[in-house]
Amino acid sequence: MAVEVIRVERLARVEGEGAFRVVLRHGKVESAELHIFEPPRFFEALLRGRSWLEAPDITARICGICPVAYQMSAVHAMESACGAAVEGPLRALRRLLYCGEWIESHALHVYMLHAPDFLGYGGAIEMAQHHGEAVRRGLALKKVGNDILRVIGGREVHPVNVRVGGFYRLPRPQELAPLRERLEWARGAALETVRWVAGFEFPEFERDYTFLALRHPAEYPLNEGRIVSSRGLDIPVAQFEDHIEETHLERSTALHARLRGAGAYLVGPLARYSLNFDRLTPLAREAARSAGLGSTCRNPYRSIIVRAIEILYACEEALAIIATYREPAASFVPVEPRAAVGASATEAPRGLLFHRYAIDSEGTITEARIVPPTSQNQASIEEDLTACVAAGLGPHALAREALRARCEQTVRNYDPCISCSTHFLELEIERN
Amino acid sequence: MATRCLLIGVGNPDRGDDAIGPLVARAVRELAPPAVEVRELEGEGSAIFFALGDAQTVVIVDASRSGAPPGTVERIDAWEAALPASSSETSTHTFGLAAAIELARALGALPPRCILYGVEGASFRAGEALSPLVGRAIAALIPRLARELRELADAPEIAQGRAHM
Repeated sequence: MAVEVIRVERLARVEGEGAFRVVLRHGKVESAELHIFEPPRFFEALLRGRSWLEAPDITARICGICPVAYQMSAVHAMESACGAAVEGPLRALRRLLYCGEWIESHALHVYMLHAPDFLGYGGAIEMAQHHGEAVRRGLALKKVGNDILRVIGGREVHPVNVRVGGFYRLPRPQELAPLRERLEWARGAALETVRWVAGFEFPEFERDYTFLALRHPAEYPLNEGRIVSSRGLDIPVAQFEDHIEETHLERSTALHARLRGAGAYLVGPLARYSLNFDRLTPLAREAARSAGLGSTCRNPYRSIIVRAIEILYACEEALAIIATYREPAASFVPVEPRAAVGASATEAPRGLLFHRYAIDSEGTITEARIVPPTSQNQASIEEDLTACVAAGLGPHALAREALRARCEQTVRNYDPCISCSTHFLELEIERN
Repeated sequence: MATRCLLIGVGNPDRGDDAIGPLVARAVRELAPPAVEVRELEGEGSAIFFALGDAQTVVIVDASRSGAPPGTVERIDAWEAALPASSSETSTHTFGLAAAIELARALGALPPRCILYGVEGASFRAGEALSPLVGRAIAALIPRLARELRELADAPEIAQGRAHM
């Protein structure tokens, strides 16, 4: 059997390290395996025996690019367990913090990781030589996100200010005013970003994904809502594990999440957008239409446009929060621990992030379960890769190098967050 | 316009030898003339990029992991060679120092004088103190750096737009 190899040993321009392996037999794709995510089992074990108050700080170390998402899912799960609700200005500050993370994560991905694929560059540094103005805009946008994290979260990289019940310290009005100015610039830059990416060339590729995201009665979802799917699922967050099963496939180190009765599903910007278009601001909806998007989007390559729309939304939401913010009496509401189980799902930049904890009467964690967005997307990414390779072998076959590049771009559509994966495999084409 | 001279110590002070940058920056702050601005950054690339600003002279100190013996100090003039930041890679969580420098170069924003000092670290574990070998290396580096900064702060301005590599 002759084996033809298309090797991607180390996926570039993703967070962390990863690789993929596609096996063809007789010209048909037999399997597509993506090794991009180690499940956070280590952290789940580490959390056992720790204090419930440590959950946001410990889980934030799972991901360097979306610590706020982990902190938000953790504190909301603990508050749910103990029957506490954080409302009013503290709730708004949490949304503001999350907007900061969306802005910085999406800006990094759009400009530095994904745009080079569309413009034919090996990376952002090469791209910067010819698209200097655009890259500067992307960097400046990212910085606005970082600034929000610093002011509300206390630090740019690992915010230290988040706690069960709220925050350790409230921002001062003189800290919010310069943020408002920067966000007003950022809103314009976000619009520019939508226009820029809307002009890229997109493969005509769509799949009938099962989308999964939060949905809230009034807001584009960040911290709260029910879990809904594009196939009619509509459940409270606490029932997540009744409907999602994780199976450990023999051929892969990763767990595959599947929706019971429906199979692979997709979380992230495309899912949020398609399930919550009516919750976007009027400006964001108009920008989406001008960019050629409908109220749903099933083309994964156009996710770059959707991320740009979400940057715009986050800028608008952040401005609205700052404009109406009234400093509360205390930086956090007191919450008493009790023996209970609590779950939460929040919308990380990459998609739904689920946490469930069991704590005892003193608040010691006895059990933890964390389901990150990238691992939920594992199966969809592999299905996309299968379709991508199959399309690349047909009558208009791509050269191997171009096919490999297209496969990498396909993985990057998901902005996958890769953590410590050290495996690499190859595109093996076995021919008889 | 006065020469603007900036020292940036890059690193995480809570991770063993990753504290090299911040520790050197703090020590040099005591010894350097007032004209030298000293900052500490954790290593996130966009923050470094913006910190370069419109400074005439930037000196950056960071821990290195090149396989050299721990405590080895290397001085790199960014205008003499491109940094080994592969165009198609970013570091684990975002983009880092090398990418920030190369981006600045690509955007025509590299400061007219840009010097990098890498001190080889031995261990980078969370919560650890600085390794002894590294401690000795930076004790020798600090006065040397303070002297260099005194000279650079007095040096004549270089016109912006110095030739690219």
